Amino acid sequence: MSREDVLVSAAWSEENLNTPGVVFVEVDEDTTAYDGGHIPGAVKIDWKNELQDPVRRDFVDRAGFEKLLSAKGIANDDTVVLYGGNNNWFAAYAYWYFKLYGHQSVKLLDGGRKKWELDGRPLDKEPVERAATEYKAQEQDLSIRAFRDEVVESIGNRNLVDVRSPDEFSGKLLAPAHLPQEQAQRAGHIPGAINVPWSKAANEDGTFKSDEELAEIYGEAGFDGSRKTIAYCRIGERSSHTWFALHELLGHQDVKNYDGSWTEYGSLVGVPVELGSGKEA
Amino acid sequence: MSDSCGAPVQGVEVEVGSGEVVLTGKVSDSSGPVGGAFVRLLDASGEFTAEVVSSPQGDFRFYAAPGTWTIRALHRSGNGQASVSADGPGVHPVEVAVA
Repeated sequence: MSREDVLVSAAWSEENLNTPGVVFVEVDEDTTAYDGGHIPGAVKIDWKNELQDPVRRDFVDRAGFEKLLSAKGIANDDTVVLYGGNNNWFAAYAYWYFKLYGHQSVKLLDGGRKKWELDGRPLDKEPVERAATEYKAQEQDLSIRAFRDEVVESIGNRNLVDVRSPDEFSGKLLAPAHLPQEQAQRAGHIPGAINVPWSKAANEDGTFKSDEELAEIYGEAGFDGSRKTIAYCRIGERSSHTWFALHELLGHQDVKNYDGSWTEYGSLVGVPVELGSGKEA
Repeated sequence: MSDSCGAPVQGVEVEVGSGEVVLTGKVSDSSGPVGGAFVRLLDASGEFTAEVVSSPQGDFRFYAAPGTWTIRALHRSGNGQASVSADGPGVHPVEVAVA
């Protein structure tokens, strides 16, 4: 796995907008950005309404994923290039999700919408129609998805990488600073977790930092490359961004994303919670 | 809101809770408000804290904590930044010019 296998630049993307077998997909929680102007030819996936189960807190199941991708006109042998707003958070989540269901060729557009817009590259409002396919998904690859019991069992023996902001990690805030602070669950972090905010992995324009810079950032924070790893945040999308950096860019082997993240862990009865910076005095 | 993590639409009226520290203002350039700018909240040490996209009227809003903050705006027409000190709960206005 190398950077070129998993990331494409905005320049490459603009040159390949009409390349057969390459499908651009914008993924966001709020699809008004897509509706106001998208990369020419890109289809949209609504993270909340199309990738989440409408009733239970879980993802759409295998059959639901097959139905969704078939309707979007995405075939099993297409190269899917994902991009989105919020520094590619939801695009990274979708990337992990496509991997979870076994899609072979999927890449992130480095920098997402932000880099594309800052570069002044073209956006249009043309409706995009793709012929339906008969997409076949695999069973979920649970080697990249962590559930709560495994997280509790991992305390003290795996890298637990908390990618939220320092104030969320320490327990001062319950949500990122662009959101109202209205959650009811307990604040803090999983004992022993290291705090490496997702943003450390990104440049100001939303692109990923170099492999050398990434290795230094995680190393300095106490990441142990000989251990297995679980990344988490609040709902699992910022940690998908970090999962991408650790697993896809740096090539660490056993890295899972805990999509339950703090909104699940911080509401569990009886589990240990740590407050403060987590660093030893 | 607990199942959401993307930035909400900026510029709409919100109720500010009694204990909340809200940093709000507009991004503008020499010809007026700048919508679609990427507005980044940096803490006193310069660390990234949050990011939103300014509304068509240039508005942005952050929920922060007391302290000194830098608001940095990126736009294809230029970048700019401003500093704001929030000494306690309430709405703290800050304007950012890009060039």
